[in-house]
Amino acid sequence: MQPRILEVRTQILKKNDELARAMRQEFEAAGVLVLNLVSSPGTGKTSMLRETLCRLLEKGYRVAAVVGDLETDNDARRLAESGAPVRQIMTHGMCHLEADMVKKHLAEWDLNSLDFLFIENVGNLVCPTSWDLGESLRVALLSVTEGEDKPLKYPGLFNTSDVAMITKIDLADVCEFNRGKAIESIESVRPGMRIFETSVKSGLGMNEWIEFLQRARSQRLSKIELQTT
Amino acid sequence: MHELSIANTLVELVEQQLPSHSDSKVRSVRLRIGALSCVHRESLEFSFELVTEGTLLQGAYLEIESVPVTVYCPVCDAVEPLEGIQSFRCPRCQTPTADIRSGRELELHSIEVDTVPV
Repeated sequence: MQPRILEVRTQILKKNDELARAMRQEFEAAGVLVLNLVSSPGTGKTSMLRETLCRLLEKGYRVAAVVGDLETDNDARRLAESGAPVRQIMTHGMCHLEADMVKKHLAEWDLNSLDFLFIENVGNLVCPTSWDLGESLRVALLSVTEGEDKPLKYPGLFNTSDVAMITKIDLADVCEFNRGKAIESIESVRPGMRIFETSVKSGLGMNEWIEFLQRARSQRLSKIELQTT
Repeated sequence: MHELSIANTLVELVEQQLPSHSDSKVRSVRLRIGALSCVHRESLEFSFELVTEGTLLQGAYLEIESVPVTVYCPVCDAVEPLEGIQSFRCPRCQTPTADIRSGRELELHSIEVDTVPV
């Protein structure tokens, strides 16, 4: 038997990448800004997201969220308290979300009737890195209770994110959190990254965050309009 | 353990490359994996062995080429390899840069198959 070498040269996650690309086009055409929230478990993604949903709803935006967890729909129920439509993706052991899982859970929603869609990924700082979900922006969250050097320990995820957010900033003093060191760590793995410091409890930084979302959405929309005219 | 998902996708992808209705056995699979792809080599090897059982890939050797991270430095106007993935700075002039040119690969490069002579 003769061995033969077949050159393939293709991305292993090609199927996911292609689906994500198609979803991104669909999101953009519908005028919905999609955010993929990633962090380790316990950073406060769900609390941050619930507060964000409430504030955007108050401003008259149409918002929705899908949330990934290994088990339970507890987070979906917590998020639904905001009044926004929410769907839970139970991964049953899987450590990250993939584009087809998100797509399946969006099937019943009319994207044209949304302004913002949030995808809360499974709490994990490694596995979600390689899976594009068609998001407009990836947001990496880090809480003051976690240690300032977390971005250095998980450079892959922080590096693929567009925005970083330091949460629970109201606890910074109690945790002896070194703010400068944390920002330096983020800057080191992703120079020039936009960084927010927030507290859901005290409201600190929330206005800036919401304004950023509004701006990001209108910039995205005007970019698309420019492309189509 | 997202390496298990990657291994599953990989088997599917390799099987698609094989001529249909063939029973060509796969001898080896060559991958190119970037240092920023968050893939743990041993976990991927372990998962690969697990998911190839009973397929045409069973017993195939998994060859993994590590791709270093390189960045473009606007000051030096050159693509430079990073010394470590904790610091995205030009190794020559220390300018911070997020312009990554390689290191995110998760690529199936080639496969080696046994072909039955006609």
